[in-house]
Amino acid sequence: MNAVVKRARTEVESALSGAFDALAPQLPGQARVRALRADAAALFASQGLPTRRVEAWHYSDLRAQMKDVLPLAGRPDAGAIAQAQAVLQPVREGQVRAVLVDGYFIEELSAGLVTSDITLRTLDDVLETGDKVAIDILSAKNLGKGDTALALNTAFMRGGVVIDVEPGYHAALPIELVSITIADAPKAIFSRSMVRAGAGATFTLVEKHITLGDARVQKNDALVLFASGRSQVEHSFHRARTGDNEVHVHSLLTIVWEEAKLNSVALVEGGGFLRRQIFARFEAEGAELSLASATLLRGKDHADTTLVVDHANPGNTSREYFKHIVDESATGVFQGKVVVAQHAQKTDGVMKSQTILLGDDAAMYNKPELEIFADDVTCGHGATVGALDPAQLFYAMSRGIPRADAETLLLEAFAGDAIERLSDESLREAMLQRVRDWLKGRVA
Amino acid sequence: MAAVQETVDTVKSVDVDAYKYGFVTDIESDKAPKGLNEDIVRFISAKKNEPVWMTQWRLDAYRLWLTMTEPKWARVEYPKIDYQDLYYYSAPKSTPGPKSLDEVDPELLRTYEKLGIPLREREILLGIEGAGTRVAVDAVFDSVSVATTFKAELAKSGVIFCPISEAVHSHPELVKKYLGSVVPVSDNYFATLNSAVFSDGSFVYIPPGVRCPMELSTYFRINEKNTGQFERTLIIADKGSYVSYLEGCTAPMRDENQLHAAVVELIALEDAEIKYSTVQNWYPGDSEGKGGIYNFVTKRGDCRGDRSKISWTQVETGSAITWKYPSCILRGDHSRGEFYSIAISNGRQQVDSGTKMMHLGKNTSSRIISKGISAGRSNNTYRGQVFAHRKADNARNFTNCDSLLIGDRCGAHTIPYLDSRNRSAVFEHEATTSKIAEDQLFYCRQRGLDAEEATALIVNGFVRDVLQQLPMEFAVEAQKLIAVSLEGSVG
Repeated sequence: MNAVVKRARTEVESALSGAFDALAPQLPGQARVRALRADAAALFASQGLPTRRVEAWHYSDLRAQMKDVLPLAGRPDAGAIAQAQAVLQPVREGQVRAVLVDGYFIEELSAGLVTSDITLRTLDDVLETGDKVAIDILSAKNLGKGDTALALNTAFMRGGVVIDVEPGYHAALPIELVSITIADAPKAIFSRSMVRAGAGATFTLVEKHITLGDARVQKNDALVLFASGRSQVEHSFHRARTGDNEVHVHSLLTIVWEEAKLNSVALVEGGGFLRRQIFARFEAEGAELSLASATLLRGKDHADTTLVVDHANPGNTSREYFKHIVDESATGVFQGKVVVAQHAQKTDGVMKSQTILLGDDAAMYNKPELEIFADDVTCGHGATVGALDPAQLFYAMSRGIPRADAETLLLEAFAGDAIERLSDESLREAMLQRVRDWLKGRVA
Repeated sequence: MAAVQETVDTVKSVDVDAYKYGFVTDIESDKAPKGLNEDIVRFISAKKNEPVWMTQWRLDAYRLWLTMTEPKWARVEYPKIDYQDLYYYSAPKSTPGPKSLDEVDPELLRTYEKLGIPLREREILLGIEGAGTRVAVDAVFDSVSVATTFKAELAKSGVIFCPISEAVHSHPELVKKYLGSVVPVSDNYFATLNSAVFSDGSFVYIPPGVRCPMELSTYFRINEKNTGQFERTLIIADKGSYVSYLEGCTAPMRDENQLHAAVVELIALEDAEIKYSTVQNWYPGDSEGKGGIYNFVTKRGDCRGDRSKISWTQVETGSAITWKYPSCILRGDHSRGEFYSIAISNGRQQVDSGTKMMHLGKNTSSRIISKGISAGRSNNTYRGQVFAHRKADNARNFTNCDSLLIGDRCGAHTIPYLDSRNRSAVFEHEATTSKIAEDQLFYCRQRGLDAEEATALIVNGFVRDVLQQLPMEFAVEAQKLIAVSLEGSVG
């Protein structure tokens, strides 16, 4: 229930609307795309940036975070590309990798782009050529309706890639999508990417977000993940820790068709202000969606995970497992909403959110929601918040493990619970290593 | 599935039309002119012969209310309320404060008899068979309290139980000290409106160390057409005392919607305990959603003293729209709050109800058990907040919200907020939504119960945790009420 609250435009809101008017002619896309952008801009103009008065943003005030309008990021120069290259791991033979720097697709850092089963185009190309089907999916019109942060992304979307995996193709190696931000000067980024799994395609998508530098950045990006019938997609998401000056809104828009299986596992490290919003919708029957994440926060991090799983059709299964470890004076937010439409009988939805608060000033806000209009369903959610279990600590310490190590052990197991849902062993191990590194930082 | 189809059909045919308290009492009444303005506020105050401070308090609230807007965040929909099209005061004519039951209009007594409310104190005291149980009752009819029983008996233990309009005169120091101290005048739109125009309600004070010798009860009845009822209840349990208080409500069947905006404030000082039970059975409107009460209520308890305890138990079956969140402010160290709720919606009823547990003191604990049952075309929402302040060390909460859906045109929604700012606080929340399990039905039917009996049995099991919290007299009534509310859908 996003109540419409009328209020005066802030300078930033007016400036963003003004920036859109000025930029619109230069943004990629023909008539249809222009109309799409204009509608989104109009929604933004009427509602403004989300504040805590908007129920879906109850714990995160984006308007307070966006105090000014930063210039749109320009195409990265050679220096920036070199910086980005330095953090990329070597690519494996035959692997597909798409690299975005400041939202722009950088071909020289990418790899394996020309294969018969995977097609990669830039977002700008797709918008310009007017590929109707792709643009329809990209616009994800049934997802995140009314969300003005997402509307901003739609209005300004530029950069990003569109990856198509052919029907029936089984990829042996993961497809990588790496988004690197060079925070050397204040900038704003609005990229949108799309990954479409053809019918029956099976692959792993690895999505990474890395920020280098600590200049002020407003990053508002989106990924549309389209799982056709009977496709099987594993999605591994990692957001590396950023400096305190990043304001990041990331939207994952997931469309799931009949009997598809989508398993998304995320490791989210804090830094600045992060809002990760997931909108998922079942378009047919018999699909399985699993969303899991471990979020690690410290300092003054603010990380908000908000998800809406829309059981718009009968007979689908969804699972959500979210874990937060909140240290020092960080703030964690989890809002999860499972919606079951009237005819979506035989829906099976289970959501779990668990949090360990470590810091004296740490805070966690949980809002798991069920909105159910069908009667033949099994839905439930559970949420817990607490400190590390003293009994478990005592058990470990009484066996000679020093307190710090015991804490690390328990915390690693806690975060690992979510990460272990990733079936790819090497990806899982890499994520667990990041958790260990984060925990080491804590003890030091 | 056959049973579901059967249920849908029967819900269609029966449901809320079975409301049995829908009669109107034909009694002459004394009304304030229609509408709301400062003169009406003064009129109400003058009717009650209130002291100047009270009139001023009301006027301040009214002026504040003018600056406020109606809250829209609840999952309920209703046409805009015209606040100028209501009577804010209505009292049965013949009763300028009856001294004893003998002076009460017999028509009124008959009304309460019909409702099954025991006002015949003497007969009960004499132990006449069939006179009812020993419960002290304050009967509120539209805007005034018409009778309060067992006052003398209660006074022997020092318990004050009287209409709040009387308490303003007889115990101004207590009223001044506590009125508005839990639900401030500025709290929310409906509470502010209530502060301006509240007419009657109960006042209870339990002195230190006293265990109230009997259950206290208030029975609210809306009778007059186009009136709003704005009752105000204030219960103070002084150090080490205990009181159990029951509240019941009904209204005639009318095609227009009627507004009921009450405020209930509970204050528990050190080691005191208040148990507040409600069986809310306002007229829910007919099966097409015509008529019914808008029940917009602010109820809040303040565990002000250490080791105090407040427990809310509610059975919500009536009202076209319910907007109600009985809450506990756990201020005292080691204080405890409890909320047990059964909310049943049928027909086109809309329920948005839940609780707030605000953990402020150390070692505070709370427990929430909520059972929602939706049938017909109703919507039933649980909305609750559990909050731990930075200093609320070792706060504990356990929440369990279960929803049961009967039929595929109703909705069940769960919106809990768990806000923890203290790492030693432990919150646990669980919620489930389902329909009655096939295997349970099969098990019962295999043993000879028909589908309706089996469903009734399972529903009773579903709400048992909450029913057990009700005082004996109420538990029986509540059980019957649940059966009536779900008539047709569960039998």
